[in-house]
Parts: sequence; C-alpha cells; structure tokens
Amino acid sequence: MTGGLLFASVGVILFAMGVAGVLLLGHLLRRILAFNIMGSGTFLVLVALAQRNGIADPVPQAMVLTGIVVAVAATALALALARRLYVLTGKLELSQDDEE
Amino acid sequence: MTFNELLPLAVLASSLIPGLLIFTLPESWVGLRTTLNLSGALVKLALVLLLIVGVQAGESYGVHFAVLPGLNLSFKADALGLLFITLSAVLWLFTTLYAIGYLEGAPRRSRFFGFFSLCVTATMGIAMAANLFTFFVFYELLTLATFPLVVHRGTEASIRGGMTYLAYTLIGGAVLLTGIVWLHHLLGHTDFAHAGIAVALGSAYDGQLQIIFLLLMIGVGVKAAIVPLHGWLPQAMVAPAPVSALLHAVAVVKAGAFGIVRIVYEVYGIEFAQSLDLLLPLAIFAAVTIVWGSFRALFQDDLKKRLAYSTVSQVSYIVLGVTLFGPIGTVGGLVHLVHQGIMKITLFFCAGNYAETLGIHKVSEMNGAGRRMPLTSIAFTIGALGMIGVPLTAGAVSKAWLIDGASAAGMDWAIWVLWTSSLLNAAYFLPILWRAWFKPIPKAWPAEHIVARGWRETAWLLLLPPMITAVMTLATGIFSNNQISPLSWVKLIAEREYIHESIIWTP
Amino acid sequence: MMVWLILLPLLWASLAFMLGPSRGVWLSIVGLAAQLWLAFALAAEIVGSGAAMHAVGGWGAPLGIDLVADGLSAAMLLLTQCIALPLAVYAHAYFKRDDPATTYFWPLVGFLLAGLNALFLSTDLFNIYVTLELLGLAAVGLVAAGGGAQQIAAALRYLFATLVGSGAYLLGVALIYGTYGTVSTVTLVSLIGADAPDLVWIAGGLMVLGLMLKTALFPFHFWLPPAHGGAPAPVSALLSAVVVKASFYLVLRLWIGPFSSLTVVASLVVWFPALLGTLAVFWGSYQAIRAERLKMLIAYSTVAQLGYLFLIFPLLASAGALQAGIMQAFAHGLAKAAMFAAAGTLIKATGQEMVAGLAGVAERLPVTLFAFGLAGITLMGLPPSAGFLAKWQLIELALSQQHWVIAFVVLVGGLLAAVYVFRVLRQAFLLAPAGSVVTPVPRTLEWTAFGLAAASVLLGLRGVELMQLVGVT
Repeated sequence: MTGGLLFASVGVILFAMGVAGVLLLGHLLRRILAFNIMGSGTFLVLVALAQRNGIADPVPQAMVLTGIVVAVAATALALALARRLYVLTGKLELSQDDEE
Repeated sequence: MTFNELLPLAVLASSLIPGLLIFTLPESWVGLRTTLNLSGALVKLALVLLLIVGVQAGESYGVHFAVLPGLNLSFKADALGLLFITLSAVLWLFTTLYAIGYLEGAPRRSRFFGFFSLCVTATMGIAMAANLFTFFVFYELLTLATFPLVVHRGTEASIRGGMTYLAYTLIGGAVLLTGIVWLHHLLGHTDFAHAGIAVALGSAYDGQLQIIFLLLMIGVGVKAAIVPLHGWLPQAMVAPAPVSALLHAVAVVKAGAFGIVRIVYEVYGIEFAQSLDLLLPLAIFAAVTIVWGSFRALFQDDLKKRLAYSTVSQVSYIVLGVTLFGPIGTVGGLVHLVHQGIMKITLFFCAGNYAETLGIHKVSEMNGAGRRMPLTSIAFTIGALGMIGVPLTAGAVSKAWLIDGASAAGMDWAIWVLWTSSLLNAAYFLPILWRAWFKPIPKAWPAEHIVARGWRETAWLLLLPPMITAVMTLATGIFSNNQISPLSWVKLIAEREYIHESIIWTP
Repeated sequence: MMVWLILLPLLWASLAFMLGPSRGVWLSIVGLAAQLWLAFALAAEIVGSGAAMHAVGGWGAPLGIDLVADGLSAAMLLLTQCIALPLAVYAHAYFKRDDPATTYFWPLVGFLLAGLNALFLSTDLFNIYVTLELLGLAAVGLVAAGGGAQQIAAALRYLFATLVGSGAYLLGVALIYGTYGTVSTVTLVSLIGADAPDLVWIAGGLMVLGLMLKTALFPFHFWLPPAHGGAPAPVSALLSAVVVKASFYLVLRLWIGPFSSLTVVASLVVWFPALLGTLAVFWGSYQAIRAERLKMLIAYSTVAQLGYLFLIFPLLASAGALQAGIMQAFAHGLAKAAMFAAAGTLIKATGQEMVAGLAGVAERLPVTLFAFGLAGITLMGLPPSAGFLAKWQLIELALSQQHWVIAFVVLVGGLLAAVYVFRVLRQAFLLAPAGSVVTPVPRTLEWTAFGLAAASVLLGLRGVELMQLVGVT
C-alpha cells in the first residue's frame, strides 16, 4: 500500500466517522466538531489521491484551501446558531419534538 | 387574424371578459355588474347568431395556438358544436336574468357572477374544442369554476356537496386524461373529424382502442351522470337554484353528454365504433341509467332531489340516442340535448321560485301551490309534461325519434326502456301536479318570503325566465319541422356524420 | 452578461449589508430587476445563437473558471430571477419596518442568488461545490432570520443536512479528481465513457446521494418541513421554489453529463431516483393531507412535488423528458412561491397558523385565496397550467416508453394533491365564525402572490418558447 492510498483510506475513515457523528450525536458542539472531522477526511482524500505519482499536484491543494475557508465559514455559522439556541432555550441539543 | 379565426375567440371572450371584470367589482356596484352580465350574454347571442348563419352557409370557423411542440389548443365552430353553443348561450341569458332576481340582496354576488361567467366560458370552450386536448382543458376548467358555485352558501352541507362533486369529477378527469394522452400517443394528434380519426390506426390497435374508449367514457360519464357514476348530482342539490340550472341544463351534465357525442362521432366515428362493438355496452349503461334514475326519483320527497334523479335519467336519453346506430337514433339523441336542457331548466327555475317565494322545498309541501302561483305552476306543468313526453311538447319529439331510431337500429329492447321510463316519469311528476293544482291551499306556507302583488305571484325576474323557457318547450315541440328548429339543425349534423349511408328522413 | 448575473447580487448584497435594510430594499429590488432583464437577454441570445461560454477574467480552463450557459442553465436562471423579483417586492411589504429579520434578509438573499446563478453557470465540479456551500449557508441564514428558537433549531437541522450533503459531494469530487485528474464536466464525459473503475461508481453514488439529501428527496426530506414550514413566508417561498431545485438541477446535469455512460452500463440504476421520487410523491402527499399547520402542509407538498422531478430519470432516453422536468420545475417553482406567499398573507391577516382557522377567508381575502387556488391548480396538474403540461408530457413519455407505473404515479399524485389543496379551500369557503377578525394587509402582499400564481397558470397556455430554450445545447 502506497503512502497516498494509506492517507486516502484514513481520510475515508475520518469522513465516515464525521458523518456518523453529525447524524448521531446529540450535543451541538460535538456535531460541529464531527462536521470538521468529516471535512478534514475529505481534504485528506483530495490531497492524497492526487499525490500518487509522488509529485505534488497544486490544483487539489488550492481546492483544499478553498474547502477550509468554506468549512471555517460553516463552522462559524453553526456556532453562532448554536449559541443563539442556547441563549433562547438554555439547551445545546436539538429536541425531537419540534418536528411535526 | 381573419374574421373567421376571431369569431370563436370572441364567443369565448364575451363571457370571459365580463367574468373577470365582475370579480374586481365591489359588492355594492349592482348596476354595473348587471350591465356587464347582460351585455356579455347579449353580445354572445349576437355572435352565436353570426356563427349560425355562417355555418349554415358552409363557412368554417377555427383557430389554433401551439401550447407545446405538437400540441395545439384549437377551436372550431361546426354544426355540432353550435348546437351546444346556442343552447348554452340562450339558456345563459335566462339563467343570468333569473340569478339576478334570485340573489337580489344576497352576499358574495361578485364572486358568484364571476364564476358563473367562467362556467359559461368553459362550456363554450368545450363546445368549440377542435381536439380532445382542448376539450379536456375546458372540461376541467368547468369543474373548477363550478366548485365555488356549488359551495356558494358556505354551509357545512354545501361544502360537503361540493367535495363530493369534486371527488367524482377530479377522479373522472384523471381517467379521461389517461385515455386522451394514450390516444394522443397512438395517433400523434386528437383532432376531431367527421367519421372519426381512430379508424386510421388499423386493426392491430383494436384492443387498445377499446380500453381507451372505456377510459374516455368513464371520464365524461361522470359529468353525464351515468349510473354508477352519478352519485355527485343529487348531492350537488344544495347549491342555489340558478347553479342547479347551470349544472343540469346549461353546462355540466351537458358537457358530459356532449363529450360522449364528440367522442363517439368524431374521435371513433359512429361506423367504426359500431364495428368495434362499443355501442351496445354503452347503450346498456344508458338504459340502466334511464330506468334507475327514474326509479330513484319516485322516492324523493325533496323537490330538487327528485328533479336531480330525473336529470340522471333524462341525460342518458341523449347517450342512448347516440348509441342507436343509424341517423334517426342520432337525431333523437342530439335533439334531446337541446330539449332536455330547455325543459329541465324550466323545472329548476320553478323549483327555485317555490322555494324563494313560499319556502317550499318538498313535494309534500306542494299542496295548493298552483293556486297561489299559477304562472310558475303552468310553466312547471309544461316542463313536467314535456319530460313525460306528452304530445305537443319538446319531449314528445325527442321520444318519437328515439323510438324510431331504436327500431331502425334493430334494438327493440330500447323501446321498452323508453316506455318504462315514460311511465315512471309520469309516476313521479303527475303527483306533484296533482298536489299543486287539486289540493287545497294550506293554512300557512312553510316560509313566505315574497308576497303576491296582483298577477305577480313573485318577483318578475324570477317569473319571466321559466315562462319563456316553458313557451320554448312548447314551441320546439309544435314547430319541430320548422327550418330554424333544433330538429332541423340536428338533421344537418346527422347528414354530416354518416358518410357511408344515404339518409332519407321518414318520420 | 453571465458574469453580471453573479456579480450583481453580490454587489447589492454587500451594499445592502452596509447601508442597512431601509435603503438595502430598494437596491435589492433594482438589482433583481436588472438580473431579470439579464436572464431574459441571455435566454434570447441562446435561443438565437446556441449555448454561450465565458472565461472569467480571460483565463480559460483548467486554470481559470469557465461559465457556460446552455438551454437548461438559462431556463433555470430565468426561473430563479422570475421568482426572486416578485418575492422581493412581497418581502418588502411583509416585514415590518423595524423587523430585526430584515437586517440580514436582504444581504442573505443576495448571496443566495449569487450562489444559485453561479451554480447554474458553472462547469467544473469543484466550482459547483463552492456555489453549493454559498447557497447552503445563505439559505440556513435565511431560515434563522426570524430569530425564534424553533427557527434556529430548524436552521441548525438544515445546516447539518446540507453540510453532510455537500461533504459527500466533495468526497465524490475528490475521488473523481484522484482518478482522472480533472474536474471539468465536459472533459469528464469522454473520460468516464472510456473507462470507469469502481471508484468512479462510488464517487458518483456519493455525489448523487449528497445532492439528493440537499434536494430533500424522500427519505432525505426530514430537514425540509421544519425549515420551510418555520421560516418567514418570503424565505419559505424562496427556499421551496428555487433552492431545492438547484441541487436537483445538479443531479440532472451529472446524470446526463459525466455519468451518462454509467447509466447506460447499469440500466436499472435509472429506477433508483424514480423509486425514491414515487415514494416522495406518496409520503409527501400523505403528510400534507394530515398536516394541521398551513405552512407545514405546503412544505410537505414540496416534498411530494419534488418527487415528480425524479420520475423523469427512467425516461431520459427521449429528449422530451428534460423538457417535462423543466416544465415541472417551472410549474412547481412559480406555484409554490405563490402558495407560500399567499399562506403568509393569510396567516398575517387572520393570526391563525392552522388550516382549521381559515374559515371565511374566501370572503375576506378573495385575491389571496384566488392566488392560493390558482397555485393549487398548478400543483394538482389541472389545466390550464404549467403543471398540467408537465403532467401531460410525463404521461405521454411514460406511455411511449411503456413505463405504465410512472403514468400511474403522476395521475394518482395529482389526485392526492387535490385532496390537500381542497382541504384548504374547503375551509376557506366556510362562512366565517362570528367574532373572527381579519387585520387588513397591504395590497402588495395579495397581488404579488396572485401574479406568481397567474404566471404558473398562464405558462400552461404557451410553453413553446420555454421548450425551445430547453432544447438548446
């Protein structure tokens, strides 16, 4: 197994863990962290797969940079919303009963 | 755009534009609303007259617009369509007059007359549709435009009636659409043509065509109230009387019957339909409906319900006539399209008068009504006798042609059906007449709203329309051989639908 | 022209944020009007001279970003601007002058539209990811704009769904790039056609599933009803009418573009979206029939109507399927925007959120109820309306390819829609209970909803030009 493939496999595992976290965890902060793990996994795959020939490809690097910016923005929005929810309800969880 | 293209559109616009304007009028602008209503109705009549003169002279009127590539919204005013157009345009005028009187001072009149005009527009569209696609567009529009009228009173009962109506018609519409799209897929178009278009497909498609015919008949059969699809009609009786007139005589059930006529004659072609064995099953359903409707009418104490079941029965006379292979049966069926409309609208106007003037809603409350309201009761009597088929009325003409048509087609059992129905008609109409004329006036009417002043037993706007339509019932009966009678026009149509048979008019 | 469709909303969004809502409103409306004109001009140009391309800043692919407008993208651009402008006018009348929601509303709408327009014009998979995220984050912000606890919760739920969706999409993009070393949708068509290792199947699955999650296709619809049902009416309208269509558009783009060769190899795969679409039609309608709150009913109706869009996938062998899909997208977009707008007016005027509280509105708010009814006609697929034309096209295609089951789903779906639409109308036609009050509402609210609804009906009388536009490749 080459190094690139190893990184990619780790990335996929991180992604899967992240998705599971976002979907299954209750606490909002944990879910936001899980989302970040998911994103990191994807970035790892992106960089790792493009490195198979041993030469770094600049395009995925640029993509990952853009992706990180997006992830930071999303995290910031999620945190702002979570804080607002905490101010309004005193809880950092999404209750089940507000769905119809 | 030429004059011949514009004229059909003008016929549509003459009720669409007043209708849309009326929606925007404040409730209190009675004068302008009435003016719009009546001028629309009169302009339409004038336009229809132009069409009649033109079509008789052999002119053709039509126009079409592309909706999608390969799909046209197209209109034509041919002899068959004009039969329905003329009936609706004439009766619309009287129904409008009647409705103005009936709803005087009632709330939500702008909405009422707006949808009323939309209904008539939809009916005109159905009559002038030149293909099944256009027919369907206006057929569904009619459903939607009548719903607010049926629920006009806003009570729980009227809403329930309206929902039943929708359940039947929308499901029927979905079935109809299936049939139309299927046919469109097979043929690539659905344009109506004399002697039909389905014959072009060849015998490999006979099975599919039979299924499509069934789908189409279920679709239009709902509005034509063919048993067992008739359940909505008696329920819709909660609507105000002018709406009942619209449902039973001017628009809705007529649209269904007219659809059957168009599909049998101009989609399948009567001769091709006969060769596919489609006519006999349809005739059997029509026969069952005729007898069942009359039978159920016997047991209704509610006057409007009795009339509703009578409609169920009478509309299937038209269907039966269509299925009697041969020009004479065709004439009987088509002429009844007109005659039934005139007679039934008379009866509903009168029923509305009894309810509005004296609060009479039930047959058992009719005692002595003839002495209190002689003019209304004379009109009612003429209408009822017409329905039974008493000589000198319009109904007698239809029945004579239907019976001759049945024997010409070799379907003698249909004659028995017609006679049975006539007997039942007499059995449920004559007791009403007897009560009205020969029973003494009760001490008090259920609820007397309008007091008689001299010969005017009720408001003159309520009195005038049924009297005119009653006179028309007699006139179409007595002068049926006149050049401008519906019967002569219907003969013209029949001559154009049977291309392989030479026609000699015997009766 | 294409660049301005993206820059203009960014520009007025930023200005609206800096200048505050009272001046931002007018900037936004002027900007939207200009965008509408641009979208029309673009569509006219494309019909005249075929698909157009623009290399941003003069840099072509692979270094720069190419914007391409063909018939499909131009149609979606047109739909978006056609809905956004009336809704902006509606929103101006809807929000009270000092409503805190307006501070963020106008900038967010601008960013949302920039994201949408960029998405419809993008041709590389990664660029599409960025537009998806821009779109998603702006939409989440809009859901939260109301500021209530329920709305924040709905926004968070929506955020997590949309992040997982785009995360899956991005992973798919990473796998594709790892395999082929390009993200251009044009180049990928031939590359994937020549050789498709298993990894590409996984990538395709991830991308399509991620986008389905963002489209709220059954069973991924769980986030939609609370988000759309809870947001302020103009936001609900915008989200239901256009935002969910964006990810549908992408699924369609990928399906007929890069992944078209995969669907040929495994022909059964076309039934996967159609199956989910069928379930969506039934489940969404069932929930709409049961819903007690008016906006919830409309939100579930969106779940059902989105299902129709996915019914076209088994039919894509004939060109008409794309046309049917776009017609349905237009029909639902215009009608749903009108319906949410009308519902917002009804709720504002009666103070009642429940369907049961609507008795008497037929008499008191006739224009709004008319708008609701016309929109309902389109959703039921009754003539004359764009919804009817879409239904007609779908049934005819289904019959011609002998996929009876699709025709059946479309017909039954229409009847189910009738049940929930008339559930509302039935209530509205009842006489008003004594003592109920209706607060007067601005006429703008009533007539913008009516205009949108009328457009959805009138398109049903003339669909030729739209179909011609969609046909341009």
